[in-house]
Amino acid sequence: MPRPFTPKVVTANALLEGDVVYLTADDRWTRDLSEAELLTDEAHAELRLIDANARQHEVVGPYLADMAPGEAGPEPTHFREDFRRTGPSNYFHGKQAEA
Amino acid sequence: MYRYNDFDAAFLAERNAQFRQQVARRIDGSLTEDEFKPLRLMNGLYLQLHAYMLRVAIPYGTLGSAQMRQLAHVADKWDKGYGHFTTRQNIQYNWPKLPDIPDILDALAEVQLHAIQTSGNTIRNVTADHFAGASADEVGDPRPVAELLRQWSTDHPEFQFLPRKFKFAVTGAEHDRAVIRAHDIGVQLVEKDGKRGYRVLVGGGLGRTPVIGKVIRDFLPEEDLLPYSEAIVSTYNVLGRRDNKYKARIKITVNENGLDTFRELTEARFAELKPLFTGVDQEMLDGIRAHFAPPAFRNAPTTEYDAAREADPVFRAWADTNLSDHKAPGYAIVSISLKKHGQTPGDATSEQMRVIADLAEQYGHDDIRISHEQNVILPHVHKSDLPALHAALKEADLATANIGLVSDIIACPGMDYCALATARSIPVAQQIATRFDELKLEHDIGPLKIKISGCINACGHHHVGHIGILGLDRAGVENYQITLGGDGSEDATIGQRVGPGFAYDEITGAIETILTTYLDLRESEDETFLEAYRRTGPGPFKAALYPEKEKANAA
Repeated sequence: MPRPFTPKVVTANALLEGDVVYLTADDRWTRDLSEAELLTDEAHAELRLIDANARQHEVVGPYLADMAPGEAGPEPTHFREDFRRTGPSNYFHGKQAEA
Repeated sequence: MYRYNDFDAAFLAERNAQFRQQVARRIDGSLTEDEFKPLRLMNGLYLQLHAYMLRVAIPYGTLGSAQMRQLAHVADKWDKGYGHFTTRQNIQYNWPKLPDIPDILDALAEVQLHAIQTSGNTIRNVTADHFAGASADEVGDPRPVAELLRQWSTDHPEFQFLPRKFKFAVTGAEHDRAVIRAHDIGVQLVEKDGKRGYRVLVGGGLGRTPVIGKVIRDFLPEEDLLPYSEAIVSTYNVLGRRDNKYKARIKITVNENGLDTFRELTEARFAELKPLFTGVDQEMLDGIRAHFAPPAFRNAPTTEYDAAREADPVFRAWADTNLSDHKAPGYAIVSISLKKHGQTPGDATSEQMRVIADLAEQYGHDDIRISHEQNVILPHVHKSDLPALHAALKEADLATANIGLVSDIIACPGMDYCALATARSIPVAQQIATRFDELKLEHDIGPLKIKISGCINACGHHHVGHIGILGLDRAGVENYQITLGGDGSEDATIGQRVGPGFAYDEITGAIETILTTYLDLRESEDETFLEAYRRTGPGPFKAALYPEKEKANAA
């Protein structure tokens, strides 16, 4: 039996600002993880990553990040993605300060 | 300090103009990221977790006040009002935006600073003893040599695509404050039979495979430094592995081929190169030396200093930990701690940078150093100025009296910033420093070097920490391994892993266990942690850290 697919979002860093962005279902780059498109189908996820990779003039280094469905949209399953959506822990900088 | 000549200034201006165009072409879509990435890395621009990061070289850790003020200006105008000083004597800005980078580089160029070769598989910023030119124990000032190496290696056409990055460190003293044994090439100024020369070490490095550098030439005549360095790097360039990133550093090349083979190949290459160096480099070195002439030290009484020591216990505590012996009578080397308990190791606000610049100008012959231990040094301060200096530092929150103690921790940026990190380091350092400040045990424990890396690449030098901490990702959770007995000095030693790792919320307690064990077992207050560890070995520390295992073994 194939392993169940862990849901994903497409994430990258914005070309100009360098901050973390996520791909939405309507093809926008959002700064807010809760607005990201949660990809539950592996083939669809691969296609969305190809879409993202075609947008080199907007973002750097798109990849698929593991997520779990949550009440307010996708939730990180790993601490690295949790830090990416929050900001550093030593200063109130980054996303946590922009919300 | 070294001042750019017309050639240097023109080179930098041209390079910055090129990069400005490259940034513009990336932004307008003419360049893909794959095309742009090697270009930005050549100019010190990384993309990290939350933002771009610009790493600016501080050659051999030496700055003047004008440069420090400009670093503060960059922090205010294009970043978040602070900078992070690193274990390679550089400064990193954590929040610049891509369109601003060309302006930042131009601003840096105004004060003869740049970000060239702070990344990529090139010869990186040449580091040096941060007490250079000031300490009582040195044979000679390592900075002119470091500057010569910098000029030789900058844009060296043969060495722009080495198998991997390449790091030089230079010291002028037997007591190694520059960790030369953990560098690809370590250079030590030595004297033999009244002649100056160099002891050259090769193949040191930390990271995934920590190796202590080996002596490839015990005494290299002064005039042979550049041809011999070129021979080493050239041999490595040919022999070094490009098939496996983890086996690409020169330490692996030396180990796989054996030091003797590597030395033979180097000597053969040296024989070819030597005739090509006609002595111009030595003329240049003489010219460079003139830039590093010692300041005019004044001969004055130290009455104010002696009185302040007597009257003010806070001043005395600071003087006891943060001052080092200077070669000139009446002078001291001042270490300004960037490790206030609970703060991020190595960070300085723009305001603090300006204060340091002002103090260097007023009291310190306009000379500022960044240490690989992430502190700031004023190398030449007359003792009579120390009470006023200390008062000014206190006002700027820069008077923490903890140099060389528990809370003087090296920590890499870790997963709070770095894209390579597997765990956080900064908050671990903050917690340890805060805990021992609360326990008031810091001065009781005495000299101790804790070094923390947030991944196996070991930017935080954990392998050579008396206590080393390595943050890893164990099954999706941060986990911290402890090594004991490491040493980055002339007795360089790689620390030994003590046992299974500890969770993020356990690591500070584990360090406390180690240090209370030390306090219990030391033979006297004079026996340092490292000495005690060398005497007892890891046994008592393991027993204290893993009591259950100990019980199981006994059963």
